[in-house]
Amino acid sequence: MKKDFDKDALSDMYKDKFLAPENEIRFVNAPDGSIIEVNPLDDYFCQERPKELKPRKGVVEKFLNWARAESLWVLGFGTGCGSIEIPPLSTPRFDMYRFGVQMRATPRQSNVFIISGYLSVKTLKRAIRSYEQMPSPKYIIALGSCTINGGMYWDSYNTINRLDHYLPVDVYIAGCMPRPEALLAGFGKLKELIKEGKAEKANEYIQNLDWYKANQKKIIKDWNMPDYNW
Amino acid sequence: MDYSLSRFLYTLLGLFIVMNWGMLMSSTMRRIIARVSGRIGIPWYQPWIDLIKLYSLRSQITHGTMFYLGPVFRLMGGVGLFLFMPMIYGSAYFMNYSFSGDLILILYFQFFGMLGMALGAGEGGQPYSAIGISRGLSQFTTIEVPMTLAVISLAIQYDTLSITEIVKAQQGSIANWTLFTNPFATIAAMLSLLGAFGHSPFNLVKAPNEIPIGPPTEYHGTFLGVLRTNGAILHVTEAALFMNLFFGGATSWLELILKTFFIYFWSVFVGVVFPRFRIEQSVRWFLKWPTLIGIISILIWM
Repeated sequence: MKKDFDKDALSDMYKDKFLAPENEIRFVNAPDGSIIEVNPLDDYFCQERPKELKPRKGVVEKFLNWARAESLWVLGFGTGCGSIEIPPLSTPRFDMYRFGVQMRATPRQSNVFIISGYLSVKTLKRAIRSYEQMPSPKYIIALGSCTINGGMYWDSYNTINRLDHYLPVDVYIAGCMPRPEALLAGFGKLKELIKEGKAEKANEYIQNLDWYKANQKKIIKDWNMPDYNW
Repeated sequence: MDYSLSRFLYTLLGLFIVMNWGMLMSSTMRRIIARVSGRIGIPWYQPWIDLIKLYSLRSQITHGTMFYLGPVFRLMGGVGLFLFMPMIYGSAYFMNYSFSGDLILILYFQFFGMLGMALGAGEGGQPYSAIGISRGLSQFTTIEVPMTLAVISLAIQYDTLSITEIVKAQQGSIANWTLFTNPFATIAAMLSLLGAFGHSPFNLVKAPNEIPIGPPTEYHGTFLGVLRTNGAILHVTEAALFMNLFFGGATSWLELILKTFFIYFWSVFVGVVFPRFRIEQSVRWFLKWPTLIGIISILIWM
């Protein structure tokens, strides 16, 4: 469709040019003849800002933390080349089920998000969406050197270097690539942190949400989603 | 029927025992599956820890009223199944609220939870839920065919629709079990049981790793906790239904635990041997052999 440039020049300048067509404001004719405005970002998504969720106090929180540590459900989202180290965990040789670690295929049911290696700009967006959809308390394990300083992708044009500028990381597992044993040791470390009540990065993320969002938006040019993906 | 408070409390106690036995049974079965594939498997207390964790999550979201009601309906299906099932034959306390026509009601309750879950998961809006629901409902409809044929055969054989009467007729010796007096109905029902328990080869509904989790893809936290609680209750009660109909019922909790374990183990045993069916394969399979055997089981009583 050809647009009248003169008329829309000003509004076009301020328009989000990365907004997907299905998310644009549109008008729909209702059966009774009235015209309804549909704004998908407001109508289909929750735009509410997340609140900090304080832990309970004393013995109760200790007990709950013990349960959380012994039941780690991992989001099976292979983000980088390190994801090849995750499947061996469910084989007889490593057998993560012994330690209460189980794989889930949906972010809604997971507590642990393993960022397995480099994150390209495109994957970063998906990782943010998945992380924000997970119910709190949630933990991130960063696997491999790429998540610490970019690793061998340090000067790549399309990957991020420091993961903790974009998402809060609980446990780093260094190496290129770390073996599954190292991953199991990482789970052990995460369990220790949770039991001590130190794994509260989900709350830190919400406290510093503006900083994280600014960093994320600097990298992700086609944002095209609500600020916080509920 | 007895509506006294003590009967109500004993039924609650029975529900508590059944729920805990269901969780222990599921972890035991997962350990057995793990041993088959050479692993050690989850600790036996893992289901309880998972449940505590699910109930203690700090943030939960909802997609609407039906999303809330889905797990509630599902739980109602499991608890309803339990309420009208005589668990311990001859016991004054654990006969629950069984009455003369309970067999029909229980067949209905088996389907009820699935329908409620379909409505709830549908409101989640996740496409994988919709795929899981369509697969689940179509598979469960075909599971019901041999199951219902077997039940009709039993109704003709024992001339009753009361589970208690059916159990009563099987007392005395092992030779009185429906397993031996009506083998065709037993075979048809035991084949349909494979689908009802949702182990491989009929686990396409939840199909881990293929359509992420199936219908409960969007469910988390307390919602999922309710669903898992129901799963524990449902597994034991369905196994108890088959125990009552075909394997002579139980006169003590120990007998119930042993029999339900072996009935559930039958589906696990088949599951570790055979890989997953596609949905059209499983629908065709249920409409072929189990249905044929079910029809034969009716014909021989005509």
